[in-house]
Amino acid sequence: MNNDLALTEATYYILLSLVEPRHGYGIMQQAEALSAGRVKLAAGTLYGALSSLCDKEWIRLLPVAEGSRKKEYMLTEKGMRVLQNELARLRELVTSGDVILGGLEK
Amino acid sequence: MSERKTVSKWFWVWEFDKEERWLNQMAMEGWALCGVGFCTYTFEQCEPGEYTIRTEMRKSDPEYVSFMSEIGAEYIGRVVQWIYFRKKAEDGPFELFDLDAKIDHLSRIAKTLWLIGLANLLIGVVNTLNVGGFGIINLLCATLLMYGLGRIEGKKEALETERELHE
Repeated sequence: MNNDLALTEATYYILLSLVEPRHGYGIMQQAEALSAGRVKLAAGTLYGALSSLCDKEWIRLLPVAEGSRKKEYMLTEKGMRVLQNELARLRELVTSGDVILGGLEK
Repeated sequence: MSERKTVSKWFWVWEFDKEERWLNQMAMEGWALCGVGFCTYTFEQCEPGEYTIRTEMRKSDPEYVSFMSEIGAEYIGRVVQWIYFRKKAEDGPFELFDLDAKIDHLSRIAKTLWLIGLANLLIGVVNTLNVGGFGIINLLCATLLMYGLGRIEGKKEALETERELHE
C-alpha cells in the first residue's frame, strides 16, 4: 500500500497506543484517554485493524504469557516510522490551516 | 433464578438494524437478550438499560469471539451467519463498527443476498422450463431477495456519501 496515504484516525490512535505493549481493551482505553474521550474505537473495526496491522508488520503480537489468553500487541520499528511520517503530515495540515486562518481569527 | 421469556419474531435480513433497535428497546425495558434461535429470542430480566446489544453478519470466527470477550462483550449466540453480543452499558458505549466497517458489513450482506438471489433465479428458470409450476417459488424468492438487495444498497450509498466527506 502507498505509504503516502493518510492514516485513518482509528489506525493512528491504535499505533500511538502501542508504543507500549497493550491488549485489545487496553488499546481502546488508551485511545479514549489520549483523545480526552473523543475517540471510541469500535470493537469490530479494532479487531480487523489489528490483524491488518500485523500483516503489514507495523505492529506485532507479543508471546502470550502462560495462563493468560489475552493477546498483547506492540509497535514495530516499521510502525514507528509510519507514525512519524503521519505526524509530519498532520503538522503540515495544521500549519496550512494556521497560515490561512491565523490571520483571519481575531 | 431470574425470570425468562421467549419471543418469536421475524425480521428480514435487510431489517437487521431494526432488529438491533428492537433488542436494545427490550433491554431498556428490562429484558436482556440471553439466547437466540431461528426466529426466536430468549430474554432474561435485567436492570432497565443494563445492556447494549449488537448484532452483525460474520463468518464463524472463534478468534473474534474470544477477542470480544477480552473487551468485555458477551457472546450470546449465532443464527446462520448472524452473531449476537451484549455488553454492560455502564462500561461505556459499545459499537462494532465505524463508518468504513459499516460499509464493509453492508457489502458482505449484499454479496450474500446476491448469491442466494442468483441461485434462486437460475433454479427458478430451469424448473419453470422443465417442470412448470414449481419454478415460480424460486422466482418469487429471487424477486424478494433482489428487493432486499435494493434496500441494502440504499443504506450503503447513504453511508458512502457521508464517507466522501468524513472518516
